[in-house]
Order: sequence, then C-alpha cells, then structure tokens
Amino acid sequence: MNRFKNEYAGRILVTICGGFLIVLTLIIAIFLIVRGSVTFTQFHHSVAEFLFSSDWSPEDSAGAYGGGVGSAIYIVGSLLTCGLALLIAAPFSIAAAVFITEISPELGTKLFQPAVEIFVGIPSVVYGWVGMTVLVPWIRDAFNAPMGGYSVLAAGIVLAVMIFPTITTVAADSIRSVSDNYRKAAYGLGSTRWQMIWHISLPAAMPGILTGIILGLARAFGEALAVAMVIGKTRAFPDSILSPTNNLTSAIASDMGNSANGGEMNMALWSMALLLFLISIACILVIHLISARSQKKMLGK
Amino acid sequence: MNEDSMKRIRKAERVNHFMTGLLYAVGGFFLVLLIVLAGYIIISGLRDLKPEYLSFTRQGIGNQFFNTVYLVFWSLLISVPIGVGAGVYMAEYAGDNKFTKALRVSMEALSSLPSIVVGLFGYLVFILTFGFQWNLLAGALAVSILSLPSITTTTEDALRSLPKSYKQGSMALGATHWKAITTVLLPAALPRIITGVILAAGRGFGEAAALLYTSGQSTVLNWNNWNLTSITCPLNPMRPGETLALHIWVLRTEGALHANSTEVANVAAMILVLLTLGFSISARILTWRINRKSTGEK
Amino acid sequence: MTREKVLRAAALVITGIMAAGAVGCGSSAGSTTTAAGSTTTKAAGSTTTKAASAAKVSGQITAAGSSALLPLVQDAADAFMAENPDCVISVNGGGSGQGLKQVSDGAVNIGNSDVFAEDKLDADAAAQLEDHEVCTVTMAPIVNKDLGVTNLSTDDLVKIFTGEITNWSAVGGPDENIMLITRPSSSGTRTLFKEWALNGAEESSSSALETDDSGTLLQNVADNKNAIGYVALSYLVSNSSVQAVSIDGVAPTLENTYNGSYKVWGYEHMYTKKGADNTAAEAFINYMMGDAYSSKLEGMGYGVSSKMTQNAIDAHKK
Repeated sequence: MNRFKNEYAGRILVTICGGFLIVLTLIIAIFLIVRGSVTFTQFHHSVAEFLFSSDWSPEDSAGAYGGGVGSAIYIVGSLLTCGLALLIAAPFSIAAAVFITEISPELGTKLFQPAVEIFVGIPSVVYGWVGMTVLVPWIRDAFNAPMGGYSVLAAGIVLAVMIFPTITTVAADSIRSVSDNYRKAAYGLGSTRWQMIWHISLPAAMPGILTGIILGLARAFGEALAVAMVIGKTRAFPDSILSPTNNLTSAIASDMGNSANGGEMNMALWSMALLLFLISIACILVIHLISARSQKKMLGK
Repeated sequence: MNEDSMKRIRKAERVNHFMTGLLYAVGGFFLVLLIVLAGYIIISGLRDLKPEYLSFTRQGIGNQFFNTVYLVFWSLLISVPIGVGAGVYMAEYAGDNKFTKALRVSMEALSSLPSIVVGLFGYLVFILTFGFQWNLLAGALAVSILSLPSITTTTEDALRSLPKSYKQGSMALGATHWKAITTVLLPAALPRIITGVILAAGRGFGEAAALLYTSGQSTVLNWNNWNLTSITCPLNPMRPGETLALHIWVLRTEGALHANSTEVANVAAMILVLLTLGFSISARILTWRINRKSTGEK
Repeated sequence: MTREKVLRAAALVITGIMAAGAVGCGSSAGSTTTAAGSTTTKAAGSTTTKAASAAKVSGQITAAGSSALLPLVQDAADAFMAENPDCVISVNGGGSGQGLKQVSDGAVNIGNSDVFAEDKLDADAAAQLEDHEVCTVTMAPIVNKDLGVTNLSTDDLVKIFTGEITNWSAVGGPDENIMLITRPSSSGTRTLFKEWALNGAEESSSSALETDDSGTLLQNVADNKNAIGYVALSYLVSNSSVQAVSIDGVAPTLENTYNGSYKVWGYEHMYTKKGADNTAAEAFINYMMGDAYSSKLEGMGYGVSSKMTQNAIDAHKK
C-alpha cells in the first residue's frame, strides 16, 4: 500500500510545483495591475493622457498629484529603438538562420549554434558597456552626432545585437522543421538552391520566423540597462536617428529609486512597468494567433 | 531548350551563386562579430587588470564576484526543485485539462517577462511590502523567477526525449509511475537537466536589471565575520549584495569619483564574459557527451 | 529503498530551504534590532592614549539612499569602523526616495537624502524622522576645457538652461551650438541647481541630454566641446578634465560657499527614525560631522556644516 501512497504524494508534490508557477504568474499580474493602475484610479489621469500626451511633469512627493503623466516620449522612444533594432536584426537573423539550416548545416551546428549561445549569454550590461565605450564615441565621430553619439541609432544597434540570437534560433528551428519532401520536390523540379529557399523553405517556415521576430521584439522592449546606457535619456522626441531620446525601461531604471514612494511620478513609473508587462503578454497572444492560423491552414490543406 | 529558358536558368544560377555568397558573408560576419566583441572585452579586461582590482576590498571586485556566485546559488536552490517538479508534472502527469493549459500559458508569460519587470515585482514584494532593506535573497528570488520557466521546459523536454521503453520497462517490472520517475526517468534525464541548469546559472550571473531594485547597489563584507545575523557576514543572505553585472552599472554612477572606474568595469566585463563562455562551453561538452553516450549505446 | 532515499532527499531539500528561510528572516530582524539592541558603550582599552575619544561604539548600522552621498558615507564608514572595530556599517545607494522610505519603514537605521524628508514623504512620516545635516554640497556649472568660457552671469546661465540662448557666441564663447546636459527631474542635484542657480526657472528638457548620474554627465562634458552641465564639487576633486564655471564672477569653491558669496549649495541629510535606539547611528553621524573627520570631508569636496557662516545661512533663507 505504501508504494501507492508515495505515488499520490509524488503526484501531489509535482502538481504543487506546477500550481506554484500559475499562482506566481497571477500574483505578478495582480501586483503590477494594482500598483500600476493607481495613476488612473486615484490620481485621476486618463489612459489616453498617459499614452498619447508628452506632458511629463508629475509631482514628486508622497500622495501629491496634479501634474502631467504623459509618457508618449518614452513610449515612442521604446517603439523607435525596437523598430530600428528589428529592421537591422531581422534580415540578418533570417539570413543567418538560412545559412545554418540550408547552406551549411555542418558549420551551423558545429560553429554557429555555440556562437549564438554565447551571444545570448553575454550579459546585457556588458553589451551596454561596450555600446557606451565603443559604439557611442564611434557614432559621434563617424556621423558628427549632435549629442555626443548617444542616440536612437546606438540603442537600435545594441538591441539588434542582443535580439539577433533569439530570432536566429527560433527561425532556424522553424526552417529545419520544414519537411524534406518539399525540398526534394523543389529540387526535382529543377530549382536552384536559392529558388528552393526563397519559394519553398522560407514561406513554409514563415509562422516560425514571425514567432522569432516577435520574441525578439519582446526582448528588445523589455531590455533596460543596455539601452539606458546608450540612449542619452533626453526627454524629447528625436529629430533623427542620431538624436538621443528616452524609453520606458530607462525611465524606470533611473527614476524609480529617486522618486518619492507613492508619489505621482513614482506611480506613473509603475504604470510604465504595467505597460511593459501588458506588451509582453500581447506578444505571446500574437504568437498564439500566428500558430493557430498556420495550424488551421495546414489542416485546411 | 530555347534561348529564353537558357537565359532564365543562367539567371537563376547567377542569383543562386550570389545569394549563397551573401549568406556565407552574413554567417561569417556574425562569427567575426562575436570573436571581435568577445575578444575586445577580454583584451581590454586583461589590459586593465591589476591585482588590486581582484581583491576583496572596496577597490576590488572580489566581493561582487562572491555575491554573484552566492546569489545564483540561492536562486538555483529555489528554482531547481520547483522547476524540476513542474517539469515532471508537465512531462508525466499533465492531462488535457484547464490546469495544464493554465500552466503552459503561465510558463510562456513568465519566460517572456522583461527582467526589469520581474525586478520591480521583487522590489514591490520584498522591499516595499515587507519593508526589508536591499538584500541578496530578494535578488535571488527575482532571478529564480527568471530561471524557473527555462528549468521547467528543459526538464520536460529531457523527460520527453527519453525512449518510451524506459518507462514501459520499469512499469512492467511492477514499479509505480512515481517510482519509475524517481528511479529510472529522472536519473536518465539528469545530464540534460544539469545542462539546462548550467545555462540558467550562466544567465543568472549576468542579470542586472532584476537586481537593480532588489539586491542593493553596494556591498560591505567582512571575511572574518561568520555571525550569520551580521550584515557584513558574507554568508548572510539578508544583507545587501551587489553583483558583478550590477557593479558595471553602478560604476557609471560613481564613476567620476574613482579615476580607475573604467578599468574596473572593463575587468568586471571580462570576468562576466569569461564566466559566460565557461558555462556555455561546459554545457556544450556535457551535451556532446550525452549524445555520444546515447548513440554509443544503440 | 531508493524510493525512500529520494523522498528523504526531497524532504531534506525542503527543510533545508525552510531552515535557510528562517535564518534569513531571523537575520533580517537581527540586522535592524540588534543594531539598536546590542549597542553597548564600553570603556576604551587601556592602551589607548587619547582619553578624550575613549568611548568605543559597537553594533550594526545600515544606511541607504542618495547616490551622491554614497562615496562620502562609505569613506566615513571605513574610517569609523577602523576606530571602532566592533561596529559594522553597511552603506547602500538606491536614491533619496528609497533611503527616506526605508528609514521610515525601519528597514535601515539611516536614510541618506539630497532633499528634505518633507519634500518626498507625507507629513506624518516626515515628522517621525530626525534630520542630520551632515555636510553641505556645492554645485558647479561645468563646461569643456576647450570652450574657453570660465564665467557666466546668472542671467546668461538662466537663458542657457531654459533654452533661450542656444549658441555659445551669445555669451562670449565660440560659434558652437550649446549642448545642455542635465539631471532627471527626480534628482536632488537638479532641484538644488534650479532653485539657487536658475532662480527657480524650469530647465528646458526638450533640448537637453538628461542623464541619471553625475559620472556620465561629467564624461559627456569632457568629451563634447560644446557641452554644459552641472555636478557637485565632490566630482571635480579628482577630475580635472572639465572646467568649473564661476557664476557672476564667484568661483564655486568651498570658501565661497562658507562665506556666503556662492549660493548654489545645499545640505546633505542623514535621517534617523525618532524613538528608535540610534546610539550607534548617531555616534557615526556625529563622527562624520566632527572635527576629526572634517579635513577628510573637505578633501572629498564636501563642505563642513559647522563652518557655514551666518551670512551664508541667511542668504539661503527663502
């Protein structure tokens, strides 16, 4: 009988572990929602003001409110840097994924996979540090940037290097899982390798590639310290990609500890944290949507 | 074959050659980029390396190094049992029900959370709500939240990739499911799980955003003090404990006061990159050994 | 057998975690209460010749808050611990808002702040805290060494920082666009500078590079010929890569701060909680403000509170 008792005990133990993960996620969500919504419930700001206004002049004293919490500059800064990072990283990453799957699988597994893992493993502050000490001065000298090289461009490049492994890994997995029958059929019809890649592999792997891009985007959005070190933290919409601006994570990282706990500024920063949380959840939803649609398509065929 | 289609074929071949070349160039570019990046960090670290930077004093980063290792130790102590447990559940017990679905969604949500958001959650719970001062344990808990999903997924994958015969065999011999898991499946999956844990640890070493508002941004240790309740006792987890990655961030702030802060940051960056390299390589060697063993057994 | 082993191991791990948690909790309570509780004053050893400073302090002191004050408090803590081996002090940054919050919660013994507690906390919480104005900090406008500007009138300074003047040629410098580098609005440094150098005028933030720390600001000014910013004097002591600018002909020095002619200064605060046993913390604060440490304090670029003349204090009254 004892063994069945263990069976149940073991089962309950691992179920509790699983349940813990669910509870943890819920608690994180609840804490962030409760804290992040104070701006709108107690301080009477509208969500539209928070998202679309650029009037950022919150009161910085416990319980005081009445200033502006318009975070449009931070939001636009995040969007711009992430967009630029995707623009740089996506083509390169997809090309790298094609290289390690279709062109040279041997080099891919022997050299590339480990290299990509190391890229992922390099801490984000180190990326930021190199960005600040090498990239920023280079941009200043090469483009004669107005604010000493601290710029959207610098942030975009640093982020691009950081999200490149994510996109490459996911895209490569997706291309690898494309059935070999497709490839053989294409070659059988006399297509060149590139024709096969362009017309068969890539379209078939598209949902996976998109998933990789969105995961990369999610990572770029949430990256804090590396961006904060190179973006210049200027509270203004950038004039060009050589101008500095600010973003959500940098604002949180630099002002959270200085601002008065429970004050309007502090709470607005928590609202930004909530926004980041919602964006990462939204990214997951989009990925689910993509995979659901591609599955439907497959079944439909 | 007429002239036209010959032309098309030739064009297709030219494009093919060009694109192949281009893809090789992209592939080569990234390898070169990695080598240059890692090389630059390591070389500037070595160039600026002075023995006093490695000391366990305010000028050195010995204490930060210890904190990094100690913090990751605590975070693994928390995340490995829970993560492995949840992974076992996912691989062995998960039925097609709402609980399993919720668990999958939770794992995805957790794994995509930005680390600064996790750090803020830790700050909200451990520092603001409980009213503690900055402490290493709060940082370890935040890092364990970040590594939980990856450890869970690795465990699940490791168990699922085992041959079905392992489980069937042991259960045919009269083992209960749980016994099969603990005596056959988990031991067989252990190397893979360890690989996953090593990678999680590697990532934990470099974490900074999650620690910014949890573990504190400076550290004072007394290596002769082994009284666990003392704030300068190295082993006390409830003391502030700045890690290496965080130290690089902090050095910018106080940088101007110490003329050599750039050099210290370079050395710290080098150590972090070497740690990362070491952990990736050992995980890789482990994976390689597993693969060789499993193919050898066939 | 093995099953039992595994279970036993699992149980061990769990108890281990719980025990460790308990130790953790215990020690956290310890770090705040023993700091006060175990504070005892004992007579100095007979070997000490200086009878005056006979009383040795023991106990634990934790401090957190202002990052501007951090280097000073760390240095003072090292010196204090060298004299009082039984006393341990742990100093942390985190920002003024955090320091005030943590001392108010009782999480630390001392909260370091660039601003008055009343500015950040609600009135009830602020009333619970006792202010120690440990030192003064003098803010200096800084420009690049190559710019050739060494003096600005208050009027020009206001115009530059509000974005009215955008070219150095308007204030006698070369024909270069002005690059403004400021601190974020939550920073105590910025509050001080705005109040005493700019006569309360709001800094233009749309055309300024806002950086969250003085180190980066200093680096930027050193790297960019057209840049102007401001830092505490303490950042200029070991750094000669930038040019400090006089305001209306008065150089930003400690002497000019003491005698009241240079107005851009403020107190740095170390708050303790009223009602708690702060014997050790107060001994430490007194040591920092005392004569023995004052030359060290000035050496690091901070001003000694007791040296402020009545003239200077009066000039700062609103």
